Amino acid sequence: MAHTEHKQSFLSKYVFSTDHKTIGAQYTITGLFMAALGGFLAYVFRYNLAFPGENIPIFGQLAANQYNTFVTCHGMIMVFWVAMPILLAGFGNFLIPLMIGTDDMAFPKLNMLSYWTFLISAIVLVASFFVPTGAFGGAWTMYPPLSVNGYVDPNPSFFKALFYGSSLMILAVALEFTSILMGGINFVVTTINRRAPGMTPWRIPLAVWFINIATVIFMFSVGPLVAGAFMLLFDITLGTGFYDPARGGDPILFQHLFWFFGHPEVYVLLLPSLGVLGEIIPVFSRKPLFGYKKIIYLALLSAVLSVVVWAHHQFIAGIDPRMATFFSIGTILISIPFAGIFLAFMATLWGGKIKITLPMAWALGFIGLFLIGGLTGLFLGSNAFDIYAHDTYFVVAHFHYTLFPDIFFGFFAAFYFWFPKFTGKELKKGLGYLHFWLTFIFFNSTFFLLFFNGLGGQHRRINNYDLFSNINIEPYITFEKIATISAICLILSQTLFIYNFIVSWRAGKKAEKNPWQANTLEWVADSPPPHGNFETVPTVYHGAYEYSLPNMEADFLPQNVQAE
Amino acid sequence: MENQRSLSVPIIRVPQGRLAMWVLIAGELMIFGGLIACYLLYRLRYPEWADQAAHTSTLIGALNTIVLLTSSFTVVKAHEAANKMDLKKVVLWLSVSIGGGLLFLVNKGIEYTTEISHGFTFSSPHLQAGGDTIGSLFWSFYFFMTGLHGAHVIAGMVVMFLALLNARKGKNLHRVELAGMYWHMVDLIWIFLFPLLYIAK
Repeated sequence: MAHTEHKQSFLSKYVFSTDHKTIGAQYTITGLFMAALGGFLAYVFRYNLAFPGENIPIFGQLAANQYNTFVTCHGMIMVFWVAMPILLAGFGNFLIPLMIGTDDMAFPKLNMLSYWTFLISAIVLVASFFVPTGAFGGAWTMYPPLSVNGYVDPNPSFFKALFYGSSLMILAVALEFTSILMGGINFVVTTINRRAPGMTPWRIPLAVWFINIATVIFMFSVGPLVAGAFMLLFDITLGTGFYDPARGGDPILFQHLFWFFGHPEVYVLLLPSLGVLGEIIPVFSRKPLFGYKKIIYLALLSAVLSVVVWAHHQFIAGIDPRMATFFSIGTILISIPFAGIFLAFMATLWGGKIKITLPMAWALGFIGLFLIGGLTGLFLGSNAFDIYAHDTYFVVAHFHYTLFPDIFFGFFAAFYFWFPKFTGKELKKGLGYLHFWLTFIFFNSTFFLLFFNGLGGQHRRINNYDLFSNINIEPYITFEKIATISAICLILSQTLFIYNFIVSWRAGKKAEKNPWQANTLEWVADSPPPHGNFETVPTVYHGAYEYSLPNMEADFLPQNVQAE
Repeated sequence: MENQRSLSVPIIRVPQGRLAMWVLIAGELMIFGGLIACYLLYRLRYPEWADQAAHTSTLIGALNTIVLLTSSFTVVKAHEAANKMDLKKVVLWLSVSIGGGLLFLVNKGIEYTTEISHGFTFSSPHLQAGGDTIGSLFWSFYFFMTGLHGAHVIAGMVVMFLALLNARKGKNLHRVELAGMYWHMVDLIWIFLFPLLYIAK
């Protein structure tokens, strides 16, 4: 099964490669570049908020419509061009074949096509900044009528008919969905069909389970939005009236279609990171994962519940209060499986021989921060409170407390955990901890105060508070300034990560094959795994979490080693 | 602990392509499912859409249903022939199925021409000179749903043609089955569209 190592040119090895590890790296690196862009946009509009009217260093003046554009694209980029490629496509490509013990994806060429489609989608999105009307600025949710008529229209007579910004954004999103769908088919088929002998369903590591559940949620929920996005595109370009009340359409329909996908998407992003946590926590607690099967059942339950929560984004859109109550209950119910999963992680830590290492630090940071995000989500999920807090900074703080740990703490945990495997080098520890602590502190000082701003009634779609003297009051002005300065520090501290990444990769110490003494199959392969991954197909004898078994000398038992 | 369990637990070995096709079909059905759900919500809200639906041609719709169902049958015959390695018959039955798709598109073209010439277009409703409107949002849904389905018909024909080229050389005969699965999905979606757009008047 293992391919023989054959000579490859630079292009076929690193660019037009069908190898799942190269494609995973391509996804991740593209995602990181987009994260840099998203972070830059955040820096510009945060600076503008804290110091309205001042010249922004390295950027200059930010006009009001540009502010909207930047906020919109920041959201869009972070969700679809950072979280999706890194968490779903990146983790999925890196981990699935190695963890289930196979040489590559089921359809390597489809996998490559998936990445290149994704790259084109990113280019289309970035290109939308340079069209005459500028990128789309009507919030990342693309609600009509803003996305159809276009209020950022400097020259109404000229570009009225074709609103480039929103058209390009829809096109980019459509390409991105296509790409992830192709990747998703690969993930599911690979996991079902190409497992190593002995890798029964209940021996598959949690990360692979969770990536697959996330993929299935994605593929189930994205269909209606694909149809809805086409309807929006037709409204913009062909003059149909799907969302135009004057012609018999209904703009609320788009909100339903968007959130029918948009809310399950939250779990699509959350599950891969939780899966990674499920790998890291047992390794550094030296204990079996608590309730492995139950965790998977809980994740499946959350997948089912994820499609009955979407309208909690629309409580103020004039939906029927009875329906609002239904979705409130659904939203609060879905916290149960996730509370269960988190309790299982706590129980895994309980009584374990906990070793604090870099990946473990990120994993524990994830748990602590996500708890705040999750609990504030319960408030927002009940419609009585949401009507008050909707579109305030409370919502901003809430979803950054869920998505930031999910995307970045999840990614960094995985990065520090698997870096020795995928590069064969060790990372610099001290720099890693410095990166962790700076990120942890500045993240909190950026977003925690925004909860108070939100409760104080600060609205999140205002670019210049000087114009609204009744809400431009202390302490919220100071809080805004603290948040902005912290955000800039947060972005700057990521240079440590980039430095550590590049220096360790090029000149790091050689890493061992299994530095963390973990059980899953990827640690059986060489570091870095060659094309084809394994020398011989490993045979799996037991589950992935056999740590500190009684009557054994070593406190771990790799999946391919038979117990005596 | 389950490490004492024997290794004889079978690993599912569905042919890879078939598995992927099922996943793809599931995804496609969600796209059409969402679209049909939107249409139904509007249809229930606006009973007067029945007057618009009255302008569609049930006769051509029914004819097309028969054409698609027949071509689904012939694609099964192609699969059967592929299992028997009867290359000539594979090519024959696939050609007949592609012909069915072509006939379907011709009928669709005739329909579209009549409807558009009566003023029912994709961007209906239109404002007439006297201040009346002609058509309704029904036509946007009609053209979108049948158009998207038509695009799938064309895709199915391309896929069958590629399978045919392969089969002529005796290569990749499993692709006949996969093309057939896709074609059945195209058929299945039409079975939903036909009553919703043509019969419910």
